[in-house]
Amino acid sequence: MSEFSVHVPVFPQLPALALRCAPVAPMSMALGGFVARLAQRHAGLFRRLGAYGRSRFVIDPTDLPVSLALEPRGGCPRVQVSRGPLHGDARIAGPLAALLGMVHGAYDGDALFFSRDLVIEGDTAAVLALRNAIDDAELDLCAEAQSMAGPFADAVKRVVALAETRTGVALSRREENEEW
Amino acid sequence: MVMEIVCPAGTPASLRAAVKAGAHTVYCGYADETNARNFPGLNFDRAEMRAGIAFAHAHGAKVLVAINTFARAGAEPLWHRAIADAATAGADAVILADLGLLAHAAAHHPTLRRHLSVQAAAANADVINFYAATFGVRRVVLPRVLSVPEIAAINAEVEVETEVFVFGGLCVMAEGRCSLSSYATGQSPNMQGVCSPASHVDYHEDNGVLSAKLGGYTIHRAAAGEPAPYPTLCKGCFTTEGASGHLFEDPVSLNAETLIPQLAKAGVHALKIEGRQRSRAYVAQVVRNFRAAVDAQAAGKPMPEGMLARLTEGQAATAGAYKKTWR
Repeated sequence: MSEFSVHVPVFPQLPALALRCAPVAPMSMALGGFVARLAQRHAGLFRRLGAYGRSRFVIDPTDLPVSLALEPRGGCPRVQVSRGPLHGDARIAGPLAALLGMVHGAYDGDALFFSRDLVIEGDTAAVLALRNAIDDAELDLCAEAQSMAGPFADAVKRVVALAETRTGVALSRREENEEW
Repeated sequence: MVMEIVCPAGTPASLRAAVKAGAHTVYCGYADETNARNFPGLNFDRAEMRAGIAFAHAHGAKVLVAINTFARAGAEPLWHRAIADAATAGADAVILADLGLLAHAAAHHPTLRRHLSVQAAAANADVINFYAATFGVRRVVLPRVLSVPEIAAINAEVEVETEVFVFGGLCVMAEGRCSLSSYATGQSPNMQGVCSPASHVDYHEDNGVLSAKLGGYTIHRAAAGEPAPYPTLCKGCFTTEGASGHLFEDPVSLNAETLIPQLAKAGVHALKIEGRQRSRAYVAQVVRNFRAAVDAQAAGKPMPEGMLARLTEGQAATAGAYKKTWR
């Protein structure tokens, strides 16, 4: 990282090691289901992608042993998790904390890019559309997980809050500001 | 009197973030070539604009709709519809640059307040008075080429309000007349609403060296540890006559927060923040900072310490032409 870097926490090594051994097919299924649920609850995100809703995005968390390919497919998304190289129209790479922090409004994507905490390659317009659509959707992945957890929603919230405190990674949506 | 801060919103979420962070006014545009930030995934459809204006008004903030590109001959109805829809949606003003659109708005929507966009590059009192007298323009956004004393001199000779940029990207050219993007890509901010369109931008990293290309031209290479290059020709790094450097403009952003007291004294009514392409996190942080600054200024308190350097394009800031130290 450069001297201009935003401070971005690195994913803890122990769970990263666990991911090295975990089977990717169940991960693809679980993430696919999660993203499909997002697509139902945030249809505007996929509308805002416009023509780029047919692009294939490779998301590469550089501190994890896996990367994923996301195809929004106009609101019927597909996710593929892989340990090997993935190909797509555009690639977005950076620490998981930077990627999640951008989703949750904790970091500004341009600032991460100019500080080189984030790398983009391929179709720049597709990346821009995805970044803008996600930013507008005001996603809260913790709240989404809670909504899928049924009676375990409170437990999910507590676990996520603990993980946020321990790792410094933005795992839930940050309120941009207090009311003035 | 508290100076009005005019804040960018590329998306409805950014509009809400700006309003909640204390913006007096938000500016935004429709998702088409009528506004000068016509980028993928940005801007508002008609329903989003109506909802955004209603949200802002419910929180005591105003919304200005930027319709600030120059209408294509034969396609004027697209721009005319944008003005009519902004009026119907309850916009507090439209920001226009095109003489024909100013005439159209004055004739067909006389009660809709008209602001002159920076794209019109109105940089002296005579031309500002012309726009005010001919089209009923109530506010002029001044180009980023004037020093504070020059702004004060203009304000002494005009009746309309003036608005100046205080934070964000800088343009080296006379705004509304720059052809660099057109030269490289065939598309410009003036006509299509895109400076260096993302579809023509390509980044590639090789052994830590990050190359930025626009329209197939390599415009900058940044070594490992250097900030990523900004993808516009004006901020590119070129080699000529054996020397390399930023021939047009250093990749720095404007930050005039420390000049707020001087700008107030110069008679400036409103302070504009650039950045409709930036995230809601950026908008909220910058707006909070500037709201605190104008409140402090109005109360006669010292300017709060700025915390915005990290958010600037190219990671470096300047007071730009406001302090013309090169003269």
